[in-house]
Amino acid sequence: MIEFDSKGEIKRSRLSRRALILAGLQGSVAGIIGWRMHQLGVKQGDQYRLLAEENRINIQLLPPARGLIYDRDGDLLTINNRVYTIEMVREQSGDPELILNRLAQLIPLTPEQIDKALLDMSKRRAFVPVTVATGLEWEHIAAVSANAPALPGVTPQLGLNRQYPKGPDYGHIVGYVGSVSDYDLDNDPDRDPLLRIPRFKIGKTGIEAKLEKPLRGEAGIKRIEVNSIGRIIRELDRQEGGPGVNIQLTIGHELQSFALERMKGKSASAVVMDVRNGDIMALASGPTFDPNKFLKPISQKDWAEMNDPKMRPLVNKAVAGTYPPASTFKMIVALAALEAGVANQGEDVRCKGHMLVSGRKFHCWRRGGHGNVNMREALRYSCDVYFYEMALRVGIENITRMANRFGLGVRPNVELPSMKAGLTPTKEWKNRIKKQDWVLGDSMNAGIGQGFVLASPLQLAVMTARLATGTMIEPRMINMYDNTITPVNGVEPLGLKSSHLAVVRQGMFDVSNHRRGTAFGSRLKNGVQMAGKTGTSQVRRITTSERRRGVVKNEDLPWNRRDHALFVGYAPFRDPKYAVSVVVEHGGGGSKVAAPIARDILARTLKVTKGYGELPTRKREQT
Amino acid sequence: MHFTDNSKSAPVGFGKILYFHWPLALLVLTVSCVGFLMLFSVAGGDLSTWAQPQITRFVIGFITMLVIAMIPISFWQRVSLLAYFLSLILLLVVEFFGDVGGGSQRWIDLGFMRLQPSELMKIALVMVLASYYDWLDEAKVSKPQWLVLPIILVAIPTLLVLKQPDLGTAMLLVAGAGVVVFSAGVSLWYFGAVIGALVGLVTAVFYTRGTEFEILNDYQYRRIETFLDPSISPFGDGYHITQSKISLGSGGFSGRGFMEGTQSRGNFLPEKHTDFIFATFGEEFGFMGGITLLSLYMLIVFFCYVSAMRNKDRFSSLLTIGIGSTFFFYFAVNMLMVMGLAPVVGVPLPLVSYGGSAMMVLLGAFGLVQSAHIHNVR
Repeated sequence: MIEFDSKGEIKRSRLSRRALILAGLQGSVAGIIGWRMHQLGVKQGDQYRLLAEENRINIQLLPPARGLIYDRDGDLLTINNRVYTIEMVREQSGDPELILNRLAQLIPLTPEQIDKALLDMSKRRAFVPVTVATGLEWEHIAAVSANAPALPGVTPQLGLNRQYPKGPDYGHIVGYVGSVSDYDLDNDPDRDPLLRIPRFKIGKTGIEAKLEKPLRGEAGIKRIEVNSIGRIIRELDRQEGGPGVNIQLTIGHELQSFALERMKGKSASAVVMDVRNGDIMALASGPTFDPNKFLKPISQKDWAEMNDPKMRPLVNKAVAGTYPPASTFKMIVALAALEAGVANQGEDVRCKGHMLVSGRKFHCWRRGGHGNVNMREALRYSCDVYFYEMALRVGIENITRMANRFGLGVRPNVELPSMKAGLTPTKEWKNRIKKQDWVLGDSMNAGIGQGFVLASPLQLAVMTARLATGTMIEPRMINMYDNTITPVNGVEPLGLKSSHLAVVRQGMFDVSNHRRGTAFGSRLKNGVQMAGKTGTSQVRRITTSERRRGVVKNEDLPWNRRDHALFVGYAPFRDPKYAVSVVVEHGGGGSKVAAPIARDILARTLKVTKGYGELPTRKREQT
Repeated sequence: MHFTDNSKSAPVGFGKILYFHWPLALLVLTVSCVGFLMLFSVAGGDLSTWAQPQITRFVIGFITMLVIAMIPISFWQRVSLLAYFLSLILLLVVEFFGDVGGGSQRWIDLGFMRLQPSELMKIALVMVLASYYDWLDEAKVSKPQWLVLPIILVAIPTLLVLKQPDLGTAMLLVAGAGVVVFSAGVSLWYFGAVIGALVGLVTAVFYTRGTEFEILNDYQYRRIETFLDPSISPFGDGYHITQSKISLGSGGFSGRGFMEGTQSRGNFLPEKHTDFIFATFGEEFGFMGGITLLSLYMLIVFFCYVSAMRNKDRFSSLLTIGIGSTFFFYFAVNMLMVMGLAPVVGVPLPLVSYGGSAMMVLLGAFGLVQSAHIHNVR
């Protein structure tokens, strides 16, 4: 039984009264909460349910216009074509198959395409847009847009497609773009969201690959509100990206196509360089390929042709092919000997057609020998014995050091992928890689540019340009990058004695101007004097017994065992402007095969070369 | 401190279990189970993410509640001042040594859970005020000099919590204390004055914005602003409110069904397992579910009031009203916030939201209510 005193009674009633007030207040708040629940869930429930379905703030990327590539003349090497594409998002479409069948009534869509789209959609995550059809006409896009309510999840897209108007002529240089592979995604440290766009293309070879990042540009971002059927309600905001940079090459079309045409049918490469500023005027690798073929599904026949193991059209031999430089290396050996002070330009070396070193016979290409030859004559006749002697005297380390100064064994700094550095061997290198000691024979082979020495045609052109100018000129393939002229590098002198350079140049002059020079038959006939050097690089070993019977002629050998034909040269002799290098794989003799090609290319260079063409004023492309 | 021995008529030993307020305990259990289900659902059907730890904490809390209930309320009255100072010390500890979480220093790491002393303070403050008014002669309650101490008792922890900064807890502290003071019978004029002062403060808060006398943090200003107009930044702070309203409303009358909520699954909903769990609940169980949960909550509050009415001494009554009301403020502020009727202040849905402190402290508080119920009625 509860007992209260009179005072307690009052207390109790006051507390109860206050508690009642509180309970009443709290009850009303609960009432408000309940009313609000009713309002949200029941009265406006449908509206909110719709909002929940529509609750898709889409972030759309605005793909930037890919940077354009121009040639020397200012002509476009790449075109960004507009392409209309239909994309579809599984998550938004409800029943993809039904929607695709409806779509097929509006746009040309084969059952195969429908199946492929369905497959793509099932493989990807539900919200990833998948390309259903591409290359459509504007009318199709208009039809799809007009029927948008019946086509949930379907969006027409305007994209850019890359095309290469000059086709095969720049196949190796410009390269081509292709779809983003898983490998590309894994190897993208920036995790650029652009790569995740369906249909987005990135550079696969050539400049397109090498300068992918700057060419790609930066994505803009558009935030849009879409409703449950995928129709855009409004654009919330937009952040513009930047288009890719535009690039102008130093390569001119006329010379490039001439070089390729001249080498037609051969597996060969040629590089023309302006010795004064390093401009690469032509960088031709034959046979070439049409990059446009990679933009569509490639045919079986084309694929087989491009992967021909003999001609290897996909390889840019001018930078990725490395060959023993053979006799074109003799200038390096001569300079190494002169600079080391172990040779004198007037000194004669006797050539009996061979040389005996540690019991082994080293042959000169001329069986009977050249008799007494000095350095100039040795270069003129390309006497092997003379350079065996020089190599023995100066040693491999000096030769390699000199070769490196001329850019051999050094990766050229040119904006192309798969640039090869070639090889300039050292004793340490042979020990480390071949696990063998360096022997005198190795030095002698190096003395005539055989053995371990390897160089790419581009490196040979750089070497020739440096010989012609006595400077450290660096190759330059991009003239203008994002509206800025790129600098010329390497105009500083090599630091070689001019009298030494003069001897070597005289020897090279004789090669194509002396009656008995190895390339006299390929001298320029337009009144310009060319200096050069032939090279015939052996790809097989000539046995003693074969030598006794007489060396088999190249023509009688199977193609892949024939010698590589090389030629390097520059013109005009007195005022050098252009250097050229030509390598014809398994072409035979340098003087017979490579020299005429080099001569024709040089002659053409002297004739057609002009300054840079004006670039069209850059305008922002709309995507 | 004034103290009356009531234990004569109270049950002793394990016989107490018979006098336990079982309906209240079962209600608490029911609401907590709703919480477990929701945590299971928002984790996408995964027990271990949130539900499992929550259940563990609930079991510990529930046992704590039973233990507290068994101890005579007179003991709790005696230690109330101690509890207050202990909480105050812990508040000071987090103020100076607390882990920094979410930009504010709020908790002490106990290993199995993170203790927020501010949660503890909510109950300790109610205890100490109930104790004070029990001791104070009722004729004096409205005398200004006897209001000084309660104001100091409230002001110190409130300022500390505001400094953390935790606007939601500060509001709950003041509201809980206010209920005790109000129930104790303090003249209504004072409450009128306080409300007037609050209006003045709010004005001052917004007047000083941007000046060097700024009272609130920038994010607190933004939260209040977005509350007033969520469309200011639909992707910033307003996102919370917009999305939770969509979530709640899309549940319709009967909801999409358990585990069928799209909004939390699509990650449209922020803080889906803590402060905004009611939005998912509303989406999955709709208006009917919401009303049911609200009714369960109100029933707990109602039981507290009934128990308070029947308590014999002032301490027990004031304590029970204070705790019941604090519990009410928790869910009322949370629900109003989630439904866009109050600013986003960071108050959890009691017994449902993921988090140890609030649950442990509330279960302990219900232990006090039970203790008062067992040892005082009759």
